[in-house]
Order: sequence, then C-alpha cells, then structure tokens
Amino acid sequence: MKYLLVEDNHELANAISSRLQIDGHVIDHADKILDAIAFSDTFEYDLVLLDIMLPDGDGRTFLKHHRDAQKDTPIIVLTARSQVSDRISMLDLGADDYVTKPFDHAELEARCRAVLRRKSGTAQTLLHFGDVTFDPVAGQLSVKNEIVNLRNRELRLFELLLNARGQIFSKQKLVDRLFSYDEDVSENAIEVYIGRLRKHLENTALTITTLRGLGYRLDHD
Amino acid sequence: MTDTAFNTVQASGSLRKRLMITLIGGTAILALILFFIVRGYAAQIAQNGQDSILEASVSSILDAAILRDGSVEIDFPYASLSMLDTLEDDRVFYAIYQDDELLSGYATLPRPQSVTDRAAFETLVFQETPVRLASASRVLIGASERTEISVVVGQTQDALSGTLNSISRNVAAFGAGFFALVSLLSFWATATTINPLQRLANAVKRRGPQDLRPFDKAVPVEMVPLVSSLNTLMGRLDQSLTQSEDFIAEAAHRVRTPLATVRSYAETTLVRVTKSENRAALRSMIRAIDESSRAAGQLLDHAMITFRADHLDRQKIELVALVQELVTRLEPIAQMKDVELQLTAPLPVEISGDPILIQNAVRNIIDNALKYSPSDAVIIITVDAQDRPKIQVCDQGPGFPPDEIATLTNRFARGNNAKDIVGSGLGLTIAKDVVAAHDGTLEIFNHDKGGACAVLSF
Repeated sequence: MKYLLVEDNHELANAISSRLQIDGHVIDHADKILDAIAFSDTFEYDLVLLDIMLPDGDGRTFLKHHRDAQKDTPIIVLTARSQVSDRISMLDLGADDYVTKPFDHAELEARCRAVLRRKSGTAQTLLHFGDVTFDPVAGQLSVKNEIVNLRNRELRLFELLLNARGQIFSKQKLVDRLFSYDEDVSENAIEVYIGRLRKHLENTALTITTLRGLGYRLDHD
Repeated sequence: MTDTAFNTVQASGSLRKRLMITLIGGTAILALILFFIVRGYAAQIAQNGQDSILEASVSSILDAAILRDGSVEIDFPYASLSMLDTLEDDRVFYAIYQDDELLSGYATLPRPQSVTDRAAFETLVFQETPVRLASASRVLIGASERTEISVVVGQTQDALSGTLNSISRNVAAFGAGFFALVSLLSFWATATTINPLQRLANAVKRRGPQDLRPFDKAVPVEMVPLVSSLNTLMGRLDQSLTQSEDFIAEAAHRVRTPLATVRSYAETTLVRVTKSENRAALRSMIRAIDESSRAAGQLLDHAMITFRADHLDRQKIELVALVQELVTRLEPIAQMKDVELQLTAPLPVEISGDPILIQNAVRNIIDNALKYSPSDAVIIITVDAQDRPKIQVCDQGPGFPPDEIATLTNRFARGNNAKDIVGSGLGLTIAKDVVAAHDGTLEIFNHDKGGACAVLSF
C-alpha cells in the first residue's frame, strides 16, 4: 500500500514511516499542507495519515480540499488533542477515523485496515491457492467456496504468513505483530492461533509448517 | 463553587422599597402641608369676612353717636347688630364706652386696644366661648367739650368654625385623594424604574454557563456603566476560559507529539531486535511511555472535565446514539484484541447533559473493560431507561478486587490486580466526576458469573 503521511514533526514522521515500512508499505512524507495537497493531487494514495496542527495551517484545510476534489482516499487524522468535540468536527469534515498521539502502532494498523475495508467495499483482486480463496481487501477467507469466519488475530496471522509465503516467522516476530505492547502475552500464545489457523486450512493447498526452534512458515503446494 | 461562594451576595435594602418609601412618604408630607396651608388660608379668609362685618357694625354704631348739649346720644340702627346674624345663631355682644365709662352693653366684655386709628380685633374667651371682638373709638367734638366714644362688638364663632370644618373636610378629602393617586403613580414609577434592572437580571440568569457574549440590548442611560462593566468582565472571563482551553490543547500537543515519536521509534526498534534482554528493555520502555502518555492524557481530560463540570452546558443527548458512536469508534481496538463489543439498547434514551463529558466518561469505562478483557471475550453494553437512564458496561475480565471496590473511584487508585496493565488510575474518577456533575451515580461491582460491571445512572 502507498501511504501519504502529513506530519510536521520530522522525528515522529521518520518513526512512523520506518514502522510502516516494516509492514511493507510505501510512505511519502509531507510536512506542510501545501506539499500535502501537491502530493495528493499528483498521486492516488491508498491512505492519508494527517496531522492536524501544521505550520502553515490547520489540517482541516487539507480535509476540505480533499473532499472538495471528490477524492475518496481514506484519511486518518493523527491528533494530539483530547477534546472529543475536536475529534467529532474532524469526522464531520470528512476524516474517516482518528488516532490520538501517542498511538499504539497496532491500533493505527487496525484502524487503517478498518477504513480501507470500509472504503473499498466490493472485492477487487482475489488470491487463489487451489481451493483456498482470499480477498485481501475485505479480509475474507474461503475454503472450498465456503466462507471461513476468522477472528481478527487469526486473520492478521494468516495475512502475515500469506504475504511472505515460504518465509520463516519467529514466534517473537509474530507476537510483535499480533499483540500490542501493553498486553503481556507469552510467545506460546502464538501456538493457539497457529493451531486454529491450521484447523481452518486442513486439507487445502496451504499448510503451516513448524520449524522447531525457528518458527513457522506458510507453504503452498 | 459557583453555587456557594458566589451566590451569597449581601442584600442591603431594596431599591424598590427605598423608592416607594421616598415617593409615598414625600407625598404624605406634601398632602399634610397642603392641608394645613389651605386650611389656614381658608381660616384667614373666613376671619377677614367676620372681621369686616364686625368692623362695619362697630363703625355704624360709632357713626350713630352724636354730641348734643354736652351729652352723648347714640341711636344706632337695628341693622348694626342684625348684620351679624348667622345661620348658626351666633351670639352678639356689645359695649359702648364714653371716655372709659360704660354707656351701654356688657360691662365685662373685654376691650381690645387699638394701636392705630383703625379698628382693633382680638379673639378672646368670653362666657366660656371664644369670641371675636372688634373695637374702635371716635372723638366727638362739641362746642365746648370733646369726648371719646369707644365701641366693642363681639360675636361667637360657631358659623365660622362650621365653615372652617367643612372646608377642612373637603381639603382633607382632596389631600387623601391626592395621596392615593400619587401612591398609585409611585407604584407605577417604581415598577418602570426597576423593570430594566429586573430584565437584565433575568437575561443574565437565563444564559447558559458557556454564553459569555456581551449584552447588546438597549438599557437606560443610568444602567450603561453597570452593563458595560458587566460586558467587560464577561469579555475577560471568556478570554481566560478560551486561553485555558487553548492551553490544555497546546499542553496536550506538546506532551503527546514527542511521546509519540519515542513510542514509534521504540516499536520500530523492537521489531528489529531479537536479543531477549534488549526486547525486554524496549518493552518496558514502551510501557513506560504508555503510562506517561496515558497519565498526561487523563490528567488533561480530568482538568477539562473539572472545568466543564463547573460550567455544565446541558444539551439534549440521545444516549444510545452516543454509545453506538463510541462502540463503532472502539471496534478496531476490540477486534485487535479479539474482543466483541455487544450493545443492547432497545429504545432511544434521552437525557440533558454535556455530550463531551458523557462521551469521555463512557469511553473511560469501555476502555477499562477492553483493557481487562481476555481474548475472545464479550463486553456487554446496555443502555436503557428503566427507573433512570443508565449505561451498563460488563466485561468478562478478572473483576474488581472485592476489598478495594469502595476506593477504586478515588483519584489515582488502582486495583492490586492491575499491575501489568497500563493505566493512570483516573478513568473511574473521571467517570464518577462526570456522572456527579449530572446528578447521577457511578456504581461498580463484580458480576455473579465473573467480570466487572460499571453502571452510569443519570
């Protein structure tokens, strides 16, 4: 996914960008409203992360410009304000969601995922692996033409493994990606989710292989 | 605070009373003065009338005196005394002296002494009644002698006092009427004078606590200084309120942005680091950041809530929609933890309150439930209006420590089972303060089947 990050604090922008890059996203960074407008006019981003307090004005100006141009790119506002009224006014202006700084990356990711799903609506590209079909936008897994109801963490685990098929993920890495840091979970919790996912994928073209001492890998026959 | 300290204004007298007393008292005094002046004037006019008849009587008697052959002859006409007849049958007395020797009449009748040539008048008590006396004298000059004739005519004052009484009655009635009319006028005048003040007071009272606009309605000139200083005061208040709100927002921004930077770096580093002691260090760092950012956020929220609760701005709020919005908003976080938020709200519930405060309170309660919920748990949120409008949030977490339930809503109090969970100890305090500002209650208890419940009743 290609994200536009509008944030005037360069340190924070770097930190957010590098974290999002780990998840495989491409980030363009603008530190002024004018730049942000120029960026968004020249490229169709999948998502915009918008700071509200910017040196050359209020992020609301960008929101207004964006909606006036009839763009439907989802916008998530990054706000340091705690006033609910401020948040509501941003939602009224066309922001799709907001996170309050400082945010848990897992929360930001969850919110991005949620607005992307809400925006795209209809399925676009389906991924087929034998009798397994996955709709990456809707986050929907079907096995033998039957929809499998995945819980959120199962889905995220599946997506992680699927996006890097054949690559080994350590338990540690999986815990980092699936749990937020304020949750005190042992690495063994991953086994539960791997177990559930294996059950869903029984007798399909996809198998989760355990590599003792190393981690897990998703294989496609 | 606003209800106690600022409402004990000391009242010293009442403008309305003062105005009424001045107007009515003044009128009473005026009416009395008027009464006495008119009565005195009438008495004098009546007295002058009596005096001139008496004088005419005296002079007609004097005119009848003639000196013939050394002796005085007075053959005064009947009219001299009959002119003094009155409806009240006043008695008439007379005495005629020749050189201080009584010729005729009442010897005991006192003689007013004339200083000049003119007739002298005096009111004296004679035969136990007040009598008006007139006296005059005339010198008769004969061929060889001269003699002085003095005449005193007196008349009782029954007719005069009758006339005076009737005049007094009329004047008293007129004065009373004047008094009554002016009293009515003063009621009206007081009301019209006090009304603009009353209207101003009502306009101030009707205003919402957030309404600090200046008064723009026209007021009487005398009230302009009061209203303009009121407007100045409100302007200053508005400015300082805006400043403190801006300050809170600015403070939040200043604190949160660097915290966000540190947190994002720590998370990014954590993903790259594999050595377990480094990971542990980074994790504690992230937790510490979360603790401090949450504390900063909650402290600012708490300040904002204390501030807003002091100036409660009540609006009509539909609780179900409000909670629904929060649930939608918190859904991604719940999903992230595989927790389900279940909202049961059969009917819309309307209350009057500050939506920002109530959202904050409910959000804190649901946040708590989310934090303490295990994976795959359900949080049941119920909004209904049975007995009272209330919002109930029950989770399937470990519940509140039973022996600490009573103190958990205190500021910075945290349950002994909350050690591993990030929190500031202000969430329940905020919720409690918010419902208290809406005259409601916050109840927290453990569910029979396990899990904590919190009920906000309004």
